[in-house]
Amino acid sequence: MRDLIRKLVESYGPSGVEEQIRGVIRAEVEPLADEIRVDPLGSLVVRKQGSDGGPRIVLDAHMDEIGVMVTYVDEKGFARFTNIGGVRPLNCVGARVAFADGTMGVIGVDEKRDNTGKIPKLEQLYIDVGATSRDDCPVHVGDAAVFVRPFVSQGTRLIAKAMDDRVGCAVLIETLRQLEDTPYDAYFVFSVREETTLAGAQTSAYGIDPDLAIAVDVTTTGDKPESQPMAVALGKGPAVKVQDSGMIAHPKVRDLLVQRAKEAGIPYQLEVLERGTTDAAAMQLVRAGVPSGCLSIPCRYVHTPSEMVDEADVQNSVRLLLEVLRTV
Amino acid sequence: MILRELSEAVGVSGDEGDVRTVVLDAIREHADKLHPVDEVQVDTMGNVLAFKRGEGRQRLRVMLDAHMDEIGLMVVGHDSDGFLRVRAVGGIDPRLIPGTLFHVGPDRIPGVIGIKPIHLLTDQESQKVSKIEDLVVDIGAKSKDEADKLAPLGTYAAFATPFRELGPTVSGKAFDDRVGCAVLVELLQGERFRCDLHAAFTVQEEVGLRGARIAAYAIEPDCAFALEGTIADDIPKDKDVSPTTELGKGPAITVMDRSFIADRRLVRLLTDTAEELGIAYQIKQPGIGGTDAGAIHVARGGVPSVTVAVPCRYIHSPVALLSLDDFNNTVRLMRESLSRLTRRTLSRD
Repeated sequence: MRDLIRKLVESYGPSGVEEQIRGVIRAEVEPLADEIRVDPLGSLVVRKQGSDGGPRIVLDAHMDEIGVMVTYVDEKGFARFTNIGGVRPLNCVGARVAFADGTMGVIGVDEKRDNTGKIPKLEQLYIDVGATSRDDCPVHVGDAAVFVRPFVSQGTRLIAKAMDDRVGCAVLIETLRQLEDTPYDAYFVFSVREETTLAGAQTSAYGIDPDLAIAVDVTTTGDKPESQPMAVALGKGPAVKVQDSGMIAHPKVRDLLVQRAKEAGIPYQLEVLERGTTDAAAMQLVRAGVPSGCLSIPCRYVHTPSEMVDEADVQNSVRLLLEVLRTV
Repeated sequence: MILRELSEAVGVSGDEGDVRTVVLDAIREHADKLHPVDEVQVDTMGNVLAFKRGEGRQRLRVMLDAHMDEIGLMVVGHDSDGFLRVRAVGGIDPRLIPGTLFHVGPDRIPGVIGIKPIHLLTDQESQKVSKIEDLVVDIGAKSKDEADKLAPLGTYAAFATPFRELGPTVSGKAFDDRVGCAVLVELLQGERFRCDLHAAFTVQEEVGLRGARIAAYAIEPDCAFALEGTIADDIPKDKDVSPTTELGKGPAITVMDRSFIADRRLVRLLTDTAEELGIAYQIKQPGIGGTDAGAIHVARGGVPSVTVAVPCRYIHSPVALLSLDDFNNTVRLMRESLSRLTRRTLSRD
């Protein structure tokens, strides 16, 4: 799966500008689909029709990533920017960003600011693309960029930008590949705009009208030095979400994931996330309500350009989803 | 000028009746008799929904949205000496209202936001901005009973600013979003487009995009344009920073704001059309503000959406200012873009 993950994380796709990453995913899943469509907001929906006409299930992973958008180009050609999703200034200074056409920029910080000992505000940062004036600046107001950092595998750990949530996309693609037969009418949704408003999953779920939905996304861990307390660690198995700040997982979906993991001897952890949420929060409120849960891949340094996951957790996530899809 | 009537109509969020009357009158009674709208209705929340059929085949359902409501105040209490206590309806700026004139209630009773004269201020007081909770509205009542009779609990108050023509610009209140309503009234006049137009003059935008949410659900459009009056912060500055938008530089197109990310294909339709015809346009500073498009784009299975706005200085204040050139260019850009909008515009291939 490493090559697949590498391909996905190194693709460009900030929220709202998912054309490139959608093309990459589409090429992977098109041969595996019984039906494939792009929703009005741009989510890619892949249907795998089960043999028994069983319940409709959504497996969702978002293909968008956090990024930055140019808000202003000044007279000297420096670009001010705003965040697309949860971008923290702490992780910005010195970072490199890439625009859709490959233009690279370096993030600098106002040197003449008050409180230089403190973390700067976003409006005190700028992108330098090497331009000398507004006229020769190749980027414009409204252009979006993503953080760049090469993919690294070291031991069992995988490190890259946009593991959130391309690793979830990889799990879905690999599950599709290995899936032989399922009684479910299964919809694999590669959603847009999760990092900003969850709008993609919300509207795709409306269109599908599922009986059950599971988001596959990353979650933070409590296993780093001086971490906030959290009972999730890298390498101890996929995490079955109990709740986060946006939702309480439907108990039957939670129990289904736990039960299938136990039956198949797949390691798992239970997750309570105090800050953050996933597409499942939007999906559970669609139409008259959708029983929803979340399978989380433990990930350190979420929303930095170096998100770290464990390969065994990724593979066990695929195994667990296959177990879920095996029987109703 | 329809903008004058719309601006001077009173319609704080939840109480849009006056504006609705002006809008209904404009699209029914004074409409282009050769090319009238086909259907007009008022929905459960008070949105005006107007339909104008297109002439093409396999017509796109295009939603055009402008909100009728404006920010204002609501009476929440009466002091023993006859002053009204109020709270904000929508994003009203407490720095700007002391000493200004409001129209209170359906009979437009004049009311002044009470303030201590400058002669009596201590140094400390002169540095402070009063919270809305600490301000009072003076309608000249002398007792609690009189105040309660003239302006009972729940009475609305709106800025009492007359519309003025200042040459190439005009000034007035509630340009956010009566200028969008005016653009939309213009777009409903004239020859039919190829696409079906579903106009929604919505309620309660300023308190949470509420009218647009049900309007978009009912219309079930293929794509949507929110028409707005937006922030122009082009007054002189000491630093080289964004003006958000600038007066006189044409319609402002939103790529992303706090409520949504615009559909890139619709942004491209607008910018390509503007470039082709030499119409001035600007991209609004991303990440600022929010519009009805935030509610519309998540209706049902999703609606590709964009916001197009007339730049307005001093928005959300008692008096705003806009350029008539920008207004006319917004109407023209929308008209030309709508006539170029086809299913191919929205294809993903």
